Amino acid sequence: MNTTKTVKPRKNPVVMFIHKMGSPPWFYKFTGKFIPWFWLIFGVLTVWGLYLGLVKAPADYLQGESFRIMYLHVPAAWMSMLIYSMMAVMGFIALVWRIRIVEILAMASAPIGAAFTIVTLTAGSLWGRPTWGTYWVWDARLTSELVLLFLYLGVIGLYNSIDEPRKAARAACLLALVGAVNLPIIHYSVKWWNTLHQGSSISLTGGSSIDASMLWPLLIMAIATKFYYAANLLTRTRVSLLEQDIRKSWVREVLKEKS
Amino acid sequence: MSHTPFIWAAYSIGAVVLVWCAVAPLVKRKSLAKDIRRMIQIEERSIDSDS
Repeated sequence: MNTTKTVKPRKNPVVMFIHKMGSPPWFYKFTGKFIPWFWLIFGVLTVWGLYLGLVKAPADYLQGESFRIMYLHVPAAWMSMLIYSMMAVMGFIALVWRIRIVEILAMASAPIGAAFTIVTLTAGSLWGRPTWGTYWVWDARLTSELVLLFLYLGVIGLYNSIDEPRKAARAACLLALVGAVNLPIIHYSVKWWNTLHQGSSISLTGGSSIDASMLWPLLIMAIATKFYYAANLLTRTRVSLLEQDIRKSWVREVLKEKS
Repeated sequence: MSHTPFIWAAYSIGAVVLVWCAVAPLVKRKSLAKDIRRMIQIEERSIDSDS
Protein backbone atom coordinates (compact mmCIF):
# COMPACT_ATOMS: atom_id res chain seq x y z
CA MET A 1 0.00 0.00 0.00
CA ASN A 2 1.31 3.39 -0.93
CA THR A 3 1.20 6.06 1.74
CA THR A 4 1.81 9.64 0.79
CA LYS A 5 3.05 12.01 3.40
CA THR A 6 2.49 15.72 3.05
CA VAL A 7 5.62 17.49 4.18
CA LYS A 8 5.25 21.09 5.20
CA PRO A 9 7.88 23.13 3.32
CA ARG A 10 10.47 24.49 5.72
CA LYS A 11 11.07 28.17 5.44
CA ASN A 12 14.68 29.33 5.20
CA PRO A 13 15.45 31.61 8.21
CA VAL A 14 17.40 34.03 6.00
CA VAL A 15 14.44 34.33 3.61
CA MET A 16 12.11 34.77 6.60
CA PHE A 17 14.35 37.53 7.97
CA ILE A 18 14.41 39.35 4.61
CA HIS A 19 10.60 39.10 4.42
CA LYS A 20 10.30 40.52 7.93
CA MET A 21 12.64 43.40 7.09
CA GLY A 22 10.25 44.36 4.31
CA SER A 23 7.57 45.14 6.87
CA PRO A 24 7.82 48.83 7.97
CA PRO A 25 6.74 48.34 11.63
CA TRP A 26 9.07 45.39 12.07
CA PHE A 27 11.96 47.21 10.36
CA TYR A 28 11.35 50.30 12.51
CA LYS A 29 11.40 48.36 15.79
CA PHE A 30 14.22 45.98 14.89
CA THR A 31 16.69 48.58 13.58
CA GLY A 32 15.96 50.98 16.47
CA LYS A 33 17.81 48.61 18.82
CA PHE A 34 21.06 48.84 16.86
CA ILE A 35 21.35 52.58 16.24
CA PRO A 36 22.66 53.62 19.71
CA TRP A 37 25.26 50.83 19.56
CA PHE A 38 26.41 51.90 16.10
CA TRP A 39 26.82 55.50 17.32
CA LEU A 40 28.74 54.30 20.37
CA ILE A 41 31.13 52.15 18.30
CA PHE A 42 31.59 55.04 15.86
CA GLY A 43 32.43 57.42 18.74
CA VAL A 44 34.91 55.06 20.40
CA LEU A 45 36.67 54.20 17.12
CA THR A 46 36.83 57.86 16.05
CA VAL A 47 38.40 58.97 19.33
CA TRP A 48 40.88 56.09 19.19
CA GLY A 49 41.72 56.57 15.49
CA LEU A 50 42.15 60.34 15.80
CA TYR A 51 44.30 59.96 18.92
CA LEU A 52 46.63 57.56 17.09
CA GLY A 53 46.60 59.62 13.90
CA LEU A 54 46.83 63.15 15.26
CA VAL A 55 48.88 62.58 18.43
CA LYS A 56 50.85 59.32 18.23
CA ALA A 57 51.76 58.99 14.53
CA PRO A 58 54.99 60.74 13.50
CA ALA A 59 55.00 63.57 10.94
CA ASP A 60 55.56 62.49 7.33
CA TYR A 61 59.13 63.02 6.11
CA LEU A 62 57.93 64.68 2.87
CA GLN A 63 54.54 66.24 3.65
CA GLY A 64 55.22 67.20 7.27
CA GLU A 65 52.19 67.65 9.52
CA SER A 66 49.69 68.20 6.68
CA PHE A 67 49.56 64.44 6.05
CA ARG A 68 47.32 64.20 9.16
CA ILE A 69 44.42 65.50 7.02
CA MET A 70 44.59 62.03 5.42
CA TYR A 71 42.78 60.53 8.45
CA LEU A 72 39.69 62.48 7.45
CA HIS A 73 40.15 62.79 3.69
CA VAL A 74 40.87 59.15 2.80
CA PRO A 75 38.09 57.45 4.86
CA ALA A 76 35.63 60.10 3.60
CA ALA A 77 36.71 59.47 -0.01
CA TRP A 78 36.29 55.70 0.42
CA MET A 79 32.85 56.25 1.96
CA SER A 80 31.77 58.61 -0.84
CA MET A 81 32.39 55.79 -3.34
CA LEU A 82 31.14 52.93 -1.15
CA ILE A 83 27.86 54.72 -0.39
CA TYR A 84 27.32 55.46 -4.08
CA SER A 85 27.94 51.76 -4.89
CA MET A 86 25.45 50.75 -2.19
CA MET A 87 22.93 53.28 -3.49
CA ALA A 88 23.31 51.95 -7.06
CA VAL A 89 22.92 48.30 -5.93
CA MET A 90 19.87 49.19 -3.82
CA GLY A 91 18.56 51.25 -6.74
CA PHE A 92 18.84 48.18 -8.99
CA ILE A 93 17.04 45.99 -6.41
CA ALA A 94 14.35 48.65 -5.97
CA LEU A 95 13.78 48.93 -9.72
CA VAL A 96 13.67 45.18 -10.36
CA TRP A 97 11.84 43.89 -7.26
CA ARG A 98 10.03 47.08 -6.23
CA ILE A 99 10.77 46.70 -2.52
CA ARG A 100 9.71 49.89 -0.73
CA ILE A 101 12.20 49.63 2.17
CA VAL A 102 15.07 49.26 -0.31
CA GLU A 103 13.86 52.35 -2.23
CA ILE A 104 13.88 54.32 1.04
CA LEU A 105 17.31 52.96 2.03
CA ALA A 106 18.73 53.99 -1.36
CA MET A 107 17.29 57.49 -1.06
CA ALA A 108 18.43 57.85 2.57
CA SER A 109 21.99 57.01 1.45
CA ALA A 110 22.22 59.99 -0.91
CA PRO A 111 22.56 62.85 1.66
CA ILE A 112 25.11 60.84 3.68
CA GLY A 113 27.14 60.14 0.55
CA ALA A 114 26.93 63.82 -0.44
CA ALA A 115 28.18 64.84 3.03
CA PHE A 116 31.18 62.49 2.76
CA THR A 117 31.93 63.81 -0.75
CA ILE A 118 31.88 67.42 0.53
CA VAL A 119 34.25 66.40 3.35
CA THR A 120 36.53 64.63 0.83
CA LEU A 121 36.71 67.66 -1.46
CA THR A 122 37.22 70.28 1.28
CA ALA A 123 39.77 68.22 3.24
CA GLY A 124 41.61 67.36 0.01
CA SER A 125 41.62 70.98 -1.02
CA LEU A 126 42.98 72.08 2.37
CA TRP A 127 45.68 69.40 2.08
CA GLY A 128 46.50 70.51 -1.48
CA ARG A 129 47.31 74.12 -0.56
CA PRO A 130 50.40 73.41 1.61
CA THR A 131 51.40 70.30 -0.41
CA TRP A 132 50.77 71.26 -4.05
CA GLY A 133 50.64 75.02 -3.59
CA THR A 134 47.03 75.24 -4.78
CA TYR A 135 43.53 74.50 -3.42
CA TRP A 136 42.22 73.10 -6.68
CA VAL A 137 43.36 71.73 -10.04
CA TRP A 138 41.16 70.27 -12.78
CA ASP A 139 42.87 66.94 -12.36
CA ALA A 140 41.03 63.71 -13.34
CA ARG A 141 40.67 62.43 -9.74
CA LEU A 142 39.46 65.76 -8.33
CA THR A 143 37.09 66.42 -11.24
CA SER A 144 35.54 62.93 -11.15
CA GLU A 145 35.01 63.29 -7.38
CA LEU A 146 33.29 66.64 -8.01
CA VAL A 147 31.10 64.90 -10.61
CA LEU A 148 30.21 62.37 -7.88
CA LEU A 149 28.99 65.24 -5.67
CA PHE A 150 26.83 66.53 -8.56
CA LEU A 151 25.42 63.02 -9.05
CA TYR A 152 24.46 62.84 -5.36
CA LEU A 153 22.86 66.30 -5.57
CA GLY A 154 21.05 65.22 -8.75
CA VAL A 155 19.62 62.13 -7.02
CA ILE A 156 18.50 64.21 -3.99
CA GLY A 157 17.02 66.92 -6.24
CA LEU A 158 15.16 64.47 -8.48
CA TYR A 159 13.75 62.59 -5.47
CA ASN A 160 12.46 65.81 -3.91
CA SER A 161 11.03 67.17 -7.17
CA ILE A 162 8.36 64.45 -7.57
CA ASP A 163 5.44 64.43 -5.10
CA GLU A 164 4.62 60.72 -5.13
CA PRO A 165 7.46 59.14 -3.05
CA ARG A 166 7.56 55.75 -4.79
CA LYS A 167 7.57 57.26 -8.27
CA ALA A 168 10.24 59.75 -7.10
CA ALA A 169 12.39 56.98 -5.65
CA ARG A 170 12.22 54.93 -8.84
CA ALA A 171 13.27 57.90 -11.00
CA ALA A 172 16.13 58.76 -8.61
CA CYS A 173 17.22 55.08 -8.41
CA LEU A 174 17.52 55.02 -12.21
CA LEU A 175 19.73 58.14 -12.11
CA ALA A 176 21.84 56.55 -9.34
CA LEU A 177 22.27 53.43 -11.45
CA VAL A 178 23.34 55.39 -14.54
CA GLY A 179 25.74 57.52 -12.46
CA ALA A 180 27.55 54.39 -11.21
CA VAL A 181 29.63 54.59 -14.39
CA ASN A 182 31.58 57.38 -12.63
CA LEU A 183 32.87 55.00 -9.90
CA PRO A 184 35.49 53.13 -11.97
CA ILE A 185 36.49 56.50 -13.50
CA ILE A 186 37.24 57.88 -9.99
CA HIS A 187 39.07 54.71 -8.94
CA TYR A 188 41.23 54.32 -12.04
CA SER A 189 41.67 58.02 -12.83
CA VAL A 190 45.14 58.05 -11.26
CA LYS A 191 46.17 55.13 -13.51
CA TRP A 192 44.40 56.12 -16.74
CA TRP A 193 45.56 59.74 -16.75
CA ASN A 194 48.68 61.58 -15.69
CA THR A 195 47.29 63.26 -12.58
CA LEU A 196 48.65 65.51 -9.86
CA HIS A 197 46.76 63.40 -7.32
CA GLN A 198 48.94 60.59 -6.00
CA GLY A 199 48.19 56.92 -6.65
CA SER A 200 47.03 54.45 -3.99
CA SER A 201 49.35 53.95 -1.00
CA ILE A 202 47.25 51.07 0.32
CA SER A 203 46.50 47.86 -1.48
CA LEU A 204 44.39 44.91 -0.41
CA THR A 205 46.33 42.47 -2.59
CA GLY A 206 49.86 43.88 -2.63
CA GLY A 207 51.88 45.59 0.08
CA SER A 208 51.12 49.08 1.35
CA SER A 209 53.73 51.79 0.98
CA ILE A 210 52.61 53.43 4.23
CA ASP A 211 54.20 52.72 7.63
CA ALA A 212 52.18 50.67 10.16
CA SER A 213 52.16 53.55 12.69
CA MET A 214 50.35 55.67 10.09
CA LEU A 215 48.30 52.84 8.56
CA TRP A 216 46.48 51.62 11.69
CA PRO A 217 44.79 54.95 12.55
CA LEU A 218 43.64 55.14 8.93
CA LEU A 219 42.09 51.67 9.05
CA ILE A 220 40.40 52.45 12.40
CA MET A 221 38.93 55.64 10.93
CA ALA A 222 37.80 53.70 7.86
CA ILE A 223 35.89 51.24 10.09
CA ALA A 224 34.48 54.12 12.21
CA THR A 225 32.96 55.78 9.14
CA LYS A 226 31.15 52.52 8.26
CA PHE A 227 29.38 52.66 11.64
CA TYR A 228 28.56 56.36 11.06
CA TYR A 229 26.94 55.38 7.76
CA ALA A 230 25.01 52.47 9.30
CA ALA A 231 23.66 54.57 12.20
CA ASN A 232 22.79 57.56 10.02
CA LEU A 233 21.23 55.42 7.28
CA LEU A 234 18.96 53.56 9.69
CA THR A 235 17.95 56.82 11.43
CA ARG A 236 17.07 58.47 8.11
CA THR A 237 15.20 55.40 6.85
CA ARG A 238 13.11 55.23 10.04
CA VAL A 239 12.22 58.94 9.74
CA SER A 240 11.23 58.46 6.07
CA LEU A 241 9.04 55.50 7.06
CA LEU A 242 7.26 57.63 9.68
CA GLU A 243 6.81 60.42 7.13
CA GLN A 244 5.42 58.14 4.39
CA ASP A 245 3.19 56.10 6.71
CA ILE A 246 1.98 59.11 8.73
CA ARG A 247 -1.68 57.98 8.48
CA LYS A 248 -1.07 54.32 9.28
CA SER A 249 -1.89 52.84 12.68
CA TRP A 250 1.61 51.44 13.36
CA VAL A 251 3.09 54.96 13.33
CA ARG A 252 0.60 56.07 16.01
CA GLU A 253 1.32 52.96 18.08
CA VAL A 254 5.07 53.62 17.89
CA LEU A 255 4.61 57.23 19.02
CA LYS A 256 2.26 56.20 21.83
CA GLU A 257 4.89 53.72 23.06
CA LYS A 258 7.51 56.49 23.05
CA SER A 259 5.43 59.06 24.92
CA MET B 1 54.12 77.70 5.84
CA SER B 2 52.52 76.33 9.03
CA HIS B 3 50.26 73.37 8.32
CA THR B 4 48.27 73.66 11.57
CA PRO B 5 45.55 76.05 10.29
CA PHE B 6 44.88 73.74 7.32
CA ILE B 7 44.56 70.71 9.59
CA TRP B 8 42.22 72.58 11.98
CA ALA B 9 40.13 73.92 9.08
CA ALA B 10 39.80 70.47 7.46
CA TYR B 11 38.71 68.75 10.70
CA SER B 12 36.39 71.62 11.70
CA ILE B 13 34.58 71.62 8.34
CA GLY B 14 34.44 67.81 8.42
CA ALA B 15 32.95 67.82 11.94
CA VAL B 16 30.33 70.47 11.05
CA VAL B 17 29.22 68.63 7.89
CA LEU B 18 29.05 65.19 9.55
CA VAL B 19 27.34 66.46 12.72
CA TRP B 20 24.77 68.37 10.62
CA CYS B 21 24.17 65.25 8.51
CA ALA B 22 23.58 63.20 11.69
CA VAL B 23 21.39 65.77 13.48
CA ALA B 24 19.16 66.74 10.52
CA PRO B 25 17.04 63.51 10.56
CA LEU B 26 16.61 63.77 14.36
CA VAL B 27 15.25 67.32 14.04
CA LYS B 28 12.93 66.15 11.27
CA ARG B 29 11.75 63.22 13.41
CA LYS B 30 10.96 65.54 16.32
CA SER B 31 8.83 67.87 14.20
CA LEU B 32 7.15 64.88 12.52
CA ALA B 33 6.26 63.34 15.91
CA LYS B 34 4.83 66.70 17.00
CA ASP B 35 2.66 66.89 13.84
CA ILE B 36 1.40 63.32 14.28
CA ARG B 37 0.51 63.89 17.96
CA ARG B 38 -1.37 67.06 17.00
CA MET B 39 -3.23 65.11 14.31
CA ILE B 40 -4.20 62.42 16.84
CA GLN B 41 -5.47 65.08 19.30
CA ILE B 42 -7.60 66.74 16.59
CA GLU B 43 -9.06 63.37 15.59
CA GLU B 44 -9.81 62.44 19.22
CA ARG B 45 -11.51 65.81 19.81
CA SER B 46 -13.69 65.40 16.71
CA ILE B 47 -14.70 61.88 17.86
CA ASP B 48 -15.60 63.24 21.33
CA SER B 49 -17.67 66.09 19.88
CA ASP B 50 -19.50 63.66 17.54
CA SER B 51 -20.45 61.37 20.41
